[in-house]
Amino acid sequence: MAKKYKKTRDESHISAARHRNEKGLKDMKTTKEDQHLYNQYIHDINQERKIVLFWQCIIIIGFIGLWELASRMAWIDPLLFSSPSHIVALLVEKFSDGSIVRHIGVTVMETVLGFIIGTLLGVLLASSLWTSKRYANVMDPYLVVLNAMPKVALGPIIIVAMGPGYGAIIAMGAIISVIITTIVIFSGFREVDPNYEKVLKSFGATKWQCFKEAIFPATLPVMISTLKVNVGLSWVGVIVGEFLVSKEGLGYLIVYGFQVFDFTLVMASLVVIAVFAALMYKIVEKIESWLIKKAT
Amino acid sequence: MSFLSLENVTHHYFTKKNVTRALDDISFSLDEGEFVSLVGPSGCGKSTILSIVSGIMQQTKGKVLLDNHPVREFPGAIGYMLQQDYLFPWKTIIDNVLLGPKIQQKTSADIRKKALELLSEVGLKNVEDDYPDSLSGGMRQRVALVRTLVTDPKVLLLDEPFSALDYQTKLNLEDLVHKLLRQYHKTAILVTHDIGEAISMTDRIFVMEANPGRIAKTFEVPIELRDEIPFLVRRHSKYQPLFDKVWAALNGEEIQKNTG
Ligand SMILES: Nc1ncnc2c1ncn2[C@@H]1O[C@H](COP(=O)(O)OP(=O)(O)OP(=O)(O)O)[C@@H](O)[C@H]1O
Ligand SMILES: [Mg+2]
Repeated sequence: MAKKYKKTRDESHISAARHRNEKGLKDMKTTKEDQHLYNQYIHDINQERKIVLFWQCIIIIGFIGLWELASRMAWIDPLLFSSPSHIVALLVEKFSDGSIVRHIGVTVMETVLGFIIGTLLGVLLASSLWTSKRYANVMDPYLVVLNAMPKVALGPIIIVAMGPGYGAIIAMGAIISVIITTIVIFSGFREVDPNYEKVLKSFGATKWQCFKEAIFPATLPVMISTLKVNVGLSWVGVIVGEFLVSKEGLGYLIVYGFQVFDFTLVMASLVVIAVFAALMYKIVEKIESWLIKKAT
Repeated sequence: MSFLSLENVTHHYFTKKNVTRALDDISFSLDEGEFVSLVGPSGCGKSTILSIVSGIMQQTKGKVLLDNHPVREFPGAIGYMLQQDYLFPWKTIIDNVLLGPKIQQKTSADIRKKALELLSEVGLKNVEDDYPDSLSGGMRQRVALVRTLVTDPKVLLLDEPFSALDYQTKLNLEDLVHKLLRQYHKTAILVTHDIGEAISMTDRIFVMEANPGRIAKTFEVPIELRDEIPFLVRRHSKYQPLFDKVWAALNGEEIQKNTG
């Protein structure tokens, strides 16, 4: 029963809605008119989707076309702003000789690790704060200051401390999300209805059992929602880290392109970053909805 | 020597702005196997008493003793059914019911079987794999009752356990709980707003008054009514007179409050 209930929750999905309604229609003995209205409804939804997609295509094609045109007609300086055709040509070249693949691999690896470490560390820190009210109160102002601080400003110090390598860059990807994760999850812990703990304590539960059975699972939705924010933050930390270390990765390509005045390279790197950041975001979104389904 | 006793229990709730004396010098004691009820206006401190007896909350003054030791020395010995059901929404019904055994590390096939039996006794068959969201308020309340009963505590504290039920289900469950408590000779405290329920199920009735919470009057339920099935108590000739007395005690207190 619960499973059925959960499946029908996904109402945005048209095929699911249709599936459900077919079943509903059979159960209800609907008239021809109902059927007609329903078809009309589905038709309208599909129509709307097509229109939105059409405009989305118009914008991207228009933008690229205009850019190309402006560059060829020298309305904008082609040396500074490059052009779509140059960027595509460069990307094709870099992918076919394989030189960009290593940079992409390095950046993606650093971002994924930074994201995972930052999130896990945030959860751990929040959990440790929960163990003692006094400890949490003592830490409060430090957390506020650390949170307000622009973490990328710590970059040089991290690089000095850890040496200019993957470690420092991953640390930057992690440190940028760890404090905000701690704060968000800890306040999630505190908002859990204390009566769940009461129920557990009436059975003689220890503090750890209360955490495991009530506090942690009740806060799972909050933790899951921090994932999407953190993945974006980790990109920022890693790209800035690569700017500073200047050895490898997409951030390095941007800085390098800038230094040798190759703006086609800068733009091409940006395009690759945009594609991979969006991809990672989508993957995290998928993981998120999968986790929510599992957790609830 | 009494089994469970409260000695001069006073409780204050503190907030930054003020302090409320929720309970004022409450004393009573229960023998083993005795079943008493607390009735009184909303806010008179009934739930506060139960929270203190359960050991979850520490009273500001006085003692609560079980077998002559502070209740806090017996974690898990006192079963407490809270006023709201507080089923864990992410756990299935059976996992909710088996929460107590899990905490006390007593999960076994036997206890699972007992849980399923109790669920079917309260009229909940084939819901064990559902989630609380898909149950009605009355069904959830019955699950919470089973969750409290299944750990087999020495003392049971029931805070308005039947308030969300339809009348028919309520009468049936009164009979069931009464039977179970008598059968296993359990000590229990029932909080209710239903005078009939208090008379038909329990041995003694404490009528409370508010501001501050005190025990205003105590009524002994006549011996003839005690072992009778609750459903039949309501038809007994001694039922109505006691009902009227308790009613008067509850109302008399309200009149006092209005004039004071
Ligand atoms: N956590 C709290 N903080 C401050 N005051 C509280 C708190 N809980 C209860 N009180 C106060 O203590 C008094 C007694 O509350 P309690 O919940 O024990 O009443 P009750 O008799 O169970 O009422 P009801 O029949 O409505 O459940 C009330 O005046 C209430 O405002
Ligand atoms: Mg109450």
